[in-house]
Amino acid sequence: MAAAVTSNRVMPVPQAAASAILVVEDIVMRFVTAEGGLTALDKVSFNVAPGEFLAVIGPSGCGKSTLFNIIGGLLGGYQGRVAVGGEAIYGPHASIGMVFQEESTFPWRNVVDNVAFPLEIAGMPRGERIDRARRFVSMVGLDGFEQRYPSELSGGMRQRVSMARTLASEPKILLMDEPFAALDEQTRLLLGDKVLQIQQQLKQTTLLITHNITEAVQLADRILVMTYRPGRVKRIVDIDLPRPRSSEIVSSEAFGRYVAQIWSDLRAEASRGMVDDESRVLHAGDHGT
Amino acid sequence: MSAAAVTARRWAPPLVGFGSVLVILAVVEVLIRIGAINHYIVPLPSEVATSLVRVIFEEDILHRFLITAWECLAAGALLTVFGVAAGIAFHQARLLRLACENWVAAMASAPLVLAYPLFLVLFGRSALTIIMMSFLVGLPPVILKTIEGLSATRRVLINVGRSFKLTPAQQFWKILFPSALPTIFVGIRLGLMFALINVVAVEFLINFGGLGQLINDLAERYDLPGVYAAICFVVLISVVFFVLTERTERWLRSAA
Repeated sequence: MAAAVTSNRVMPVPQAAASAILVVEDIVMRFVTAEGGLTALDKVSFNVAPGEFLAVIGPSGCGKSTLFNIIGGLLGGYQGRVAVGGEAIYGPHASIGMVFQEESTFPWRNVVDNVAFPLEIAGMPRGERIDRARRFVSMVGLDGFEQRYPSELSGGMRQRVSMARTLASEPKILLMDEPFAALDEQTRLLLGDKVLQIQQQLKQTTLLITHNITEAVQLADRILVMTYRPGRVKRIVDIDLPRPRSSEIVSSEAFGRYVAQIWSDLRAEASRGMVDDESRVLHAGDHGT
Repeated sequence: MSAAAVTARRWAPPLVGFGSVLVILAVVEVLIRIGAINHYIVPLPSEVATSLVRVIFEEDILHRFLITAWECLAAGALLTVFGVAAGIAFHQARLLRLACENWVAAMASAPLVLAYPLFLVLFGRSALTIIMMSFLVGLPPVILKTIEGLSATRRVLINVGRSFKLTPAQQFWKILFPSALPTIFVGIRLGLMFALINVVAVEFLINFGGLGQLINDLAERYDLPGVYAAICFVVLISVVFFVLTERTERWLRSAA
């Protein structure tokens, strides 16, 4: 077994890895549960090239959020390696900026002070950091809302504040975990346009974790499809749609083909997840009676 | 919205509040005058209003007001400093918290005011006795609410801090503390309220100091309108402290 692991380690790395900014290599994550052990991620490997937009898609329970936390350095105790610019990283790293699924603005800070937060932590003088924060507030389209507090903003606007805050720290890699999951479909499409525009402007390397196929095809250069428990890489699909893109692309024929292709990959996994959930509920019911 | 409408919206709640109090007082006045409420138990509100002027000039109430306010402020400062510090310590040290939290909650419901003879022995018949007792009475809500506020900090905000590589001190002062501030201030307001009640009660009991002693004096003289007028000044202290804590909270939140 050890030999197998070793042989995996020395396997020739795909050519793209040489120029990759982010390398995720053989990530295995096991959790101890009441029923024994649960393998959440099983030998997950992929690379992200500079300036690339990679979406990771999978059904609920495929370990997407675990992967997000591992790459972001919030979760330890895994096997394998995460490297940025050739250097293995352990724990949170300045090169990786995280945008969370849940609402994560600081309610006690106004918009511009929220966005200036990482600059404040870096010790930048107030005047300078406010100037810089304003640039990012403007980039996410919130001009005129600088002095407002999160409680005065809509869910979509708050997520844009979170994104601007992460971008203000100028990370090499923007790591997003279903940032628009709580928003309605129309807002989600329009925010997708904003993300595309920003990514184009900053040439920002982006890794998006999502369960939304439309969102993934709309935004990504490549889509990594994951299997249901344990999470493995099922397939990586290149999205060959023209750039610059906008949400209008969702009506094109090519878009529909990609969505259908990814759904056919995901369908089996999602069904497996559903059956698994149902049997777990039934099982719990048996114990209850 | 026009400027007049904005002004109306701003002033309507306090005006309605003030108006309601006047209406209730007018109703009480009428009920007493027609004999539905005994005049010897509840004085006429109009008599209380005229007594306000009398107690200011004849009973030196402003001086007593300042004594009670000062004792309350001293107890409030102590319970804020020690209560918040203890809450933080309990939050950081899980064992300490599990071991002591229930004791603190039990202390909140203990009638500590009855222990005044012990405090008289310890600190003498002095302002210190009043301050120390009030401090202890107000302490539990501050400790409990500090623990509650810090524990309720949303996980995702802590993760934002971790992702920006905050030091433990930054994590505390930039995220946990401001997130907990509203709940901590609920505790401080409750603590101050308990402390104020206790300050007046102990002044009354040991016949020493500010408004409590005056209320005792006036009651002994059976000057009921005077008693109620003096109670109005106790309420005034409570209002002053409420406004002060609100301002402080807003200032601290914006500074975090």
